[in-house]
Amino acid sequence: MIELAAAVSGSHAGFLTPHIRYLAILPEIVMLGGAVVLLALGSLVQRNLRVGVATAATVAISLGALGCSLWQWADVRSHGPFTAVDHAVVVDGFSALVNILVSCAMVLTALVADGYLRREGGAGAELHVLAMVSATGAMVMGSANDLIVVFLGLEILSIALYVLAAFNHRRAASGEAALKYFILGSFSSAVFVYGIALVYGATGSTNLTQIADFLSKNVLSSNGLLLAGMTLLIVGFAFKVAAVPFHMWTPDVYQGSPSPITGFMAAVAKAGAFAAFLRVFISSFGLVRTDWQPVIYALAIVTLLVGAGLAVVQRDVKRMLAYSSINHAGFVLLGLEAATARGVSASLYYLFAYTFMVIGSFAVVTVLGRRGDAAHDISSYRGLARRQPLLALVFAVLLLAQAGAPFTTGLWAKLQVVLAAVHGAVPLAVVAMVSAAVAAFFYLRVAVLMYSPLPAEGEAPGVQPAAEEPVPLYARAGAVATEPAVPAEGAEPAVSTWGTVGGRPLWTGIERSVADIEHLNAGLLLDGDPLTLALAGDGGTATSESRLAAGALAVEPSGAAPGRERMLVDTTTTGAGGGTPGDYSGGGEGVAVDVAGVVSAGRAPVPVLTAVAVGLCLGVTVVLGFWPGPLTSFAHHATLLFLP
Amino acid sequence: MSHAFPYLTVLVLLPAGGALGVVLLGALPGVRRVVLEWIGIGVALATLGFAIAMAAQFSTGTGGFQFVSDHAWASGVGVKWHLGVDGISLFLVLLAAVLFPIVLAGARTRSDARSFVGWMLLLESACIGSFVSIDLILFFFFFELTLVPSYFIISGWGYARRAYAAVKFFVYTFLGSAFLLVGILVLAFLHEHQTGVLTFSLPALEHTHFAGATGILLFLAFTAAFAVKAPLFPFHTWSPDAYTEAPTGGSMVIAAVMAKLGTYGILQFDLRLFPQASVDLAPLMLTLAVVGILYGAIVACAQRDLKRVVTYSSLAQMGFVALGIFAFTSQGLTGGVLLMFNHGIVTAALFLLIGWIYERRQTWQVSELRGLQAPAPVLAGVFTVAMLASIGLPGLNGFVSEFLVLSGAFLSHRWWAVVATFGVVLAAIYLLWAYQQVFHGKVDLANSRTRDLSWAERVVIAPLILVIVFLGVYPKPVLDRITPTVNGLVAQVEAATHTRQPAVARSGVAGAEAAASGRAGR
Repeated sequence: MIELAAAVSGSHAGFLTPHIRYLAILPEIVMLGGAVVLLALGSLVQRNLRVGVATAATVAISLGALGCSLWQWADVRSHGPFTAVDHAVVVDGFSALVNILVSCAMVLTALVADGYLRREGGAGAELHVLAMVSATGAMVMGSANDLIVVFLGLEILSIALYVLAAFNHRRAASGEAALKYFILGSFSSAVFVYGIALVYGATGSTNLTQIADFLSKNVLSSNGLLLAGMTLLIVGFAFKVAAVPFHMWTPDVYQGSPSPITGFMAAVAKAGAFAAFLRVFISSFGLVRTDWQPVIYALAIVTLLVGAGLAVVQRDVKRMLAYSSINHAGFVLLGLEAATARGVSASLYYLFAYTFMVIGSFAVVTVLGRRGDAAHDISSYRGLARRQPLLALVFAVLLLAQAGAPFTTGLWAKLQVVLAAVHGAVPLAVVAMVSAAVAAFFYLRVAVLMYSPLPAEGEAPGVQPAAEEPVPLYARAGAVATEPAVPAEGAEPAVSTWGTVGGRPLWTGIERSVADIEHLNAGLLLDGDPLTLALAGDGGTATSESRLAAGALAVEPSGAAPGRERMLVDTTTTGAGGGTPGDYSGGGEGVAVDVAGVVSAGRAPVPVLTAVAVGLCLGVTVVLGFWPGPLTSFAHHATLLFLP
Repeated sequence: MSHAFPYLTVLVLLPAGGALGVVLLGALPGVRRVVLEWIGIGVALATLGFAIAMAAQFSTGTGGFQFVSDHAWASGVGVKWHLGVDGISLFLVLLAAVLFPIVLAGARTRSDARSFVGWMLLLESACIGSFVSIDLILFFFFFELTLVPSYFIISGWGYARRAYAAVKFFVYTFLGSAFLLVGILVLAFLHEHQTGVLTFSLPALEHTHFAGATGILLFLAFTAAFAVKAPLFPFHTWSPDAYTEAPTGGSMVIAAVMAKLGTYGILQFDLRLFPQASVDLAPLMLTLAVVGILYGAIVACAQRDLKRVVTYSSLAQMGFVALGIFAFTSQGLTGGVLLMFNHGIVTAALFLLIGWIYERRQTWQVSELRGLQAPAPVLAGVFTVAMLASIGLPGLNGFVSEFLVLSGAFLSHRWWAVVATFGVVLAAIYLLWAYQQVFHGKVDLANSRTRDLSWAERVVIAPLILVIVFLGVYPKPVLDRITPTVNGLVAQVEAATHTRQPAVARSGVAGAEAAASGRAGR
């Protein structure tokens, strides 16, 4: 290996600085250095850096970090693991895999964030820079061999995330999420530091190798200090990985943060925190595992059950995915609880698979959030398959993968952690799979909603959405200047009218006047549905064809019969309640049609880069689902090289 | 063997490929639904062709797995692409291969043919895959995969309460599967602990030893999933809703093919992996089976809805299958396997006919149907054959299997068989009663315009009727293929548990078969 190390003996200064082998921390350096350079570049140029430039730079930097991580992986495979920077950092298969994972997540997040920033009118490189800093923190956590370095990584990760959570300053929810995250996060950091101090007091070191060494050579006659320290560390980690009962921040923060950041948070923060969690507890406290295993056992059970149980009752898709991420954290805890090589490998596999599933899912959520990033109610997913079949299919597959459908990485991941868990914790394995059954229910609920064009009678229990109260849609055929179509004042009209929406008859008013037709139940109308309103009289037929859209809209006629005056149809949606809407005025006859709701406005545009990111996530999820060999051996090797 | 044509892999992948093709093709603008439907039928028929070719080459003498294809797949976790077919699974594969073309041709939907055909073909893939997987994880994958298409079929094309029925169906079966997966993993872990090899292969895992109650617990974990899927009493409560609310094609497939996954799992996995526990818990399972038979029959008598009558009669029939399995005699097991096949054919025919009645009359209510015999004599005739087969009339296929089950059970567990026999009587009561109400009597105005079966419909239903009659008269080709496997299974259970089946039973099914054919011939 090329030795680029800068050795500073420093003995003359009276302060001993460690020998730093920069190659050992190359991915971190590339990521962080790139972020700093990009930030500097952003502030040097006169105007805001263009989003495209920032994204390109971020992707390039992340790919660079990915390359370095892969190189580290190859190096470790051929030369074995080593520690560096005065044993504070370790380079082994485990850290290399975490670095690879975080770099991939960063690439994907940059691609998704690009579309988000363009849509929301953001500019500059801040979001990308902060995400890269945060990713650096996760990498540091993955390769830390010292509790202080773990803390360092944790703080780098978190502080950037606090800012990212507040990134959408137009939404109050975003600020609220950030504040909540910040207060609870700093509290948990404090607890974590306290834990480090107690462990230091009990073992005399913060270095993971030395702690393990100490515990292997000494039998603690009174280990209260160590137990207290480990407990506080568990609390700190459990907060970061969102394990129940330290999960309270998760739904609010996931919901409030900008959607691409939520995906990033779910993937990277969890990966980094779990990497350190696994390393600290397996390598340092592996010998006293009987002390902490029961705690993880209990933590895993409540995390699995609460995550799955509360996800079922969510109406906001981001909140639902937040609870689902809690459920996933419970699964990863299974691998930790097993405290075996298989367990660690399974947990790594799970984190890897989960990263792609969750970033892909949140990328779709970002797209469907539309401008303003607010349309996350579950009802806005109804009928997505008709509007955007490909997007719906992709999202369905990603959700099914999260549920653990066969032939996706999701089931392989679950299979491996449960296989690790049946070694001594069979009840835990049963609870995990039962929670997976509950979880499958709510993933499927979204999937089915996307594929159901009409309101299903007797919607799944507890799912009856309030917003699906019939919203009257007032369609009025007015200002029709044709003689036969609109009768003279007082005269009985000889006119037939009809309308169809999405090919389904809206009403037929043969030999009825327009005014007679009221409150016809047209079922659910989908935005973008073709709407046809027609009037037919003695002189012929006037038809107006248009597409429904939420909100008021005036529809221009397209197929008016030749020689006829144009017909103007106003389609206005108002809130719930019958009667004439306030904005209904002017001449013409009104037709009030009760519909179950008009669903969001047309197609959500899918930016190309987002599509690329989603495609990559889907590809990994499905291809590795059919062919899991590479990743299992990957995770397996990462564990073999794991330095005790 | 290794260079032979990979029938099983083709049988599994062909429908899945067809599903993908239909979905992709359907995305193109201007492709008519008829084209998609015919592609679906074509793929299903091609699958049937391969299945028949395989069955023709299936050697009758041996009981082990044939056409084995064994490839490394996820070697990191010890999972292999390990497929094979034996006398038990052969006819279930054939059942699936026969029924899916009929479903696609006979039970078309009005809306969104593309998705419907796609889901159906995927379901066929999953069902066949489950029947031929020897690797337990692979089996579990296919077993789970059946849920997704069937869920979407029920919730997408079902009747009024479809959402509720689909969710109930999904949650019940998924919960059962949760136990199955943990059971499989515990079993593999124990095996790894004992031999140092992590594998999920059925033949390897058969040699796992269990200490204490482990075997019983694992048996219960496996059986939880299988009993829900079958469904066996008291895990059946999802089935009346799912069968009734599903579209005709969905009911046919779920009741006729997917439900067999449950009893197949019990036969192939419970009995082979946990012989001791199976024998120990046989009284419990037999009791549940008999309760299921009587409960299903009695509740069926009280139904006023044709579809529900068939649903509950299905429950009773699955009870018969379980009775045959847990009798642990050659006759009983052979009868159970045969009954799975026969019940699939008969139930599919009945659901299809009821679906056609619904298309004509928009109702399943017995009270609103009257005298259909007059306007639709062919429909009535075909219905009569299917119904009589379900009752177990000699000369039709239902009789052979029911007779074998009851005689097999009688030899080893006399009183259970005696009680179960009342189920046969009750079956005659509720089916004949329903038939009488619907087809006999004076036809009223609403029913008088009922259209008879069209030629297309006759072509679709004809294969089922042919099978029903042929297997009733001449079941030997089927029994020849089932018997060696069943004898092997019985020997395996006996060797593991140091029990012997009654000497009469050991003479094989030849005697019973002769008796059955003799009775049928009279």
